[in-house]
Amino acid sequence: MDLSFRDEDIAFQAEVREFLEKNLPADVKDRYDRGLHPKKEAAVRWQKILNDKGWIAPNWPVEYGGTGWTATQKYIFAQELGRASAPPPIPFGVSMVGPVIYTFGNQEQKDQYLPRILNSEDWWCQGYSEPGSGSDLASLQTKAVRDGDDYVVNGQKIWTSHAQHADLIFCLVRTDSSGKKQEGISFLLIDMKTPGITLKPIIGLDKEHTLNEVFFDDVRVPVKNRIGDENKGWTYAKFLLGNERTSIARIAQSKRHIERLRDIVKQERLNGGYLEDDRDFMRKVNQIEVDLMALEYTELRMLSSIDAGKKLTAEPSLLKIKGTEIQQRLTELLVESLGMYGAPYEALKKYEGSNEMPVGPDYAHGPMAEHLYLKAASIYGGSNEIQRNIISKMVLGL
Amino acid sequence: MDFELSEEQNLLKDSVDRFVKENYSSEARIKLSETDLGFSRDHWKQMAELGWLGMPFSEEVGGFGGSAVDTMVMMESIGRGLVLEPFLATVILGGGLVAAAGNEKQIEAIVPEVIEGNMMLAFGYAEVQSRFNLNDVETSATKSGEGYVLNGHKAVVYHGGCADKIVISARTSGNSRDADGISLFIVDKDASGLEIRSYRTVDGQQAADITMSNVTVGADALLGTEGDASPVIEKVVDTAIGALCAEAVGAMTAANEITNEYIKERKQFGVAIGKFQVLQHRMVDMYMEAEQSKSMADMVAMKLDLGYEVDTKKAVSATKAQIGKAAKFVGQQSVQLHGGMGMTDEYSIGHYFKRLSTIEMLFGNTDYHLNRFSNLS
Ligand SMILES: Cc1cc2nc3c(=O)[nH]c(=O)nc-3n(C[C@H](O)[C@H](O)[C@H](O)COP(=O)(O)OP(=O)(O)OC[C@H]3O[C@@H](n4cnc5c(N)ncnc54)[C@H](O)[C@@H]3O)c2cc1C
Repeated sequence: MDLSFRDEDIAFQAEVREFLEKNLPADVKDRYDRGLHPKKEAAVRWQKILNDKGWIAPNWPVEYGGTGWTATQKYIFAQELGRASAPPPIPFGVSMVGPVIYTFGNQEQKDQYLPRILNSEDWWCQGYSEPGSGSDLASLQTKAVRDGDDYVVNGQKIWTSHAQHADLIFCLVRTDSSGKKQEGISFLLIDMKTPGITLKPIIGLDKEHTLNEVFFDDVRVPVKNRIGDENKGWTYAKFLLGNERTSIARIAQSKRHIERLRDIVKQERLNGGYLEDDRDFMRKVNQIEVDLMALEYTELRMLSSIDAGKKLTAEPSLLKIKGTEIQQRLTELLVESLGMYGAPYEALKKYEGSNEMPVGPDYAHGPMAEHLYLKAASIYGGSNEIQRNIISKMVLGL
Repeated sequence: MDFELSEEQNLLKDSVDRFVKENYSSEARIKLSETDLGFSRDHWKQMAELGWLGMPFSEEVGGFGGSAVDTMVMMESIGRGLVLEPFLATVILGGGLVAAAGNEKQIEAIVPEVIEGNMMLAFGYAEVQSRFNLNDVETSATKSGEGYVLNGHKAVVYHGGCADKIVISARTSGNSRDADGISLFIVDKDASGLEIRSYRTVDGQQAADITMSNVTVGADALLGTEGDASPVIEKVVDTAIGALCAEAVGAMTAANEITNEYIKERKQFGVAIGKFQVLQHRMVDMYMEAEQSKSMADMVAMKLDLGYEVDTKKAVSATKAQIGKAAKFVGQQSVQLHGGMGMTDEYSIGHYFKRLSTIEMLFGNTDYHLNRFSNLS
């Protein structure tokens, strides 16, 4: 056991820090720092900068465009992104479907999709959940029926984040209803421009449009767009969920949020002094920082055990639960720090292209939007109740 | 001792419940909250006709001489429906301050108009630096001839945008945060030098930031004795907290009912999700928090009717602390138990969550009231 960084790691850290200082666009930084949803154009612009540097997909194998970094370097990179308020890539391509494609896809699929993911030419969305199948994902009903070289897809997905921007959707579909529900699922890659696909927006609690319903009406999808074997989709789907859960923890971003909070308490006035004099409030800030530290070292301990060749079981679930609980409490505290200025709230578009700024101090713009959106963090990626079920079954044998 | 409602109170409750049922379907509320005004003048008229706007005022000034318990009954139903009309701002706060501090002439000019539904009021007390401290007042009122000149900024004045007149707390003497030296003024929305910036709040209501640059008012704008407003403000705000807590109880009860219904209906893994024990226990905890809150809201209303002593203030803060904790828990867990459905703006549960979260913060959050509770002796 050894906590210290080697000299190479320290040099690497300096290199990443310098790169981010020089290359992170100010608008991207500002939006991410406030906790607001990224704009597509800005996200793509930033992701292309990362890709030009070769740093868009540190977790991918080198042969597909990964960096070949050690676990320590990946950790340092994530920390530095958080510290600089640099958003990690939108997950649907790089962290979700990309690894499924290079792990289970065929050569043609790898050639066709992976470079375009790396260079942000394709925007992906995730077609898993359905109205009747959320936590019980395997019960999904969207059907794909073979017809010559195509599948004909009919059904509906829901809660599809950013589908309105997407070029492609990776979709779980039912190809067999005869046996166990997990055994009749296939994993399809579908072009969003295919005739028969329609979208309906869902406006969220935060008054923003990130969610959608996606309807499939006789949508023809070439069989060659299927990943791996027919009816084996559940295996690929679960592989993806493991990656998704780990990425939802967002430890580095929470660290940056604590810094923001510590900034705000120095400016927010209270009884002639500042909020930082309020011991009750600061105790909550300190508590959350300690919780986050425990989570960070849990993640590091897991990464080290992966390096040592051990297999993970339900550890991603632990990261997901603790990480999202911390995010939710943290944004709640950010809102609380604003006092009465926690209450004003309007949809973002009100201020777009106008000189008017939201009322209150500049730092009050953002926390409520993020607080509202992050109520979903204990729901998406498998709810926290479901994650607890997983740990209790897989780790504790209950 | 008796926690039961009287016959009249039951009738009042039925009548507000009916109003809510007729006017506040979840779709109707969302639509209404998105209009420029953010509520309905027709509803307001109806509320006046039903006599609700006169509820807490004494009979001498044309009111019904209702008790805090009567207000509590109304507010609970208002909370169930997440009603948007500015009852709290106009009747309880603005009207309450005029009735408590105003002279005969002021009361006669304002209160009947409020009761008739012709005049809306708001109360500007919070400032950028004040957080929840009602005595942290930097807005200044300087004597000038017979009248005063007001300068300063009031933050997040609920319903400040629709108010015809705004009650403003301002310092006529002393240092910021002194209890002594605070005065109340009633200012016309059109007063020159008064700038009102109105905006929406997260709970579907509206508030305004109000800037005063050399706003000149006459001596008749002063409510009560110069410099002595602090105790009046404290009392009226405590009354408003009692009302707000009742609103929270109504909102929590409704949120729990909606959630309870949902988890009975929604099926996953072949069964209603309400069959999962972890959700059953969560729902039980939500129910218990609402019950505890209801007990406190009832208690505080009855206490407010008995007088206004230190003990009453402690009860108010205790109730606000209980309700703050419960409102957050019930609001957040209602969303959680709905899964994705809880995250949409089209469906009602998220709106309960948002109103309950702001209630926690209004007039001092949970930490603030726990401290006040412990400091009062
Ligand atoms: C903001 C947001 C973004 C999303 N983005 C996407 C996306 O891009 N693509 C996509 O496919 N999906 C997406 N989802 C969907 C998400 O994965 C589902 O919402 C989630 O799986 C829960 O399903 P549900 O909403 O149907 O809730 P339900 O499954 O109906 O759950 C309701 C409640 O019941 C509880 N529950 C259910 N089963 C059990 C059990 N066995 N034991 C104990 N408790 C249980 C849940 O924890 C929850 O509290 C998104 C959701 C949100 C809110």
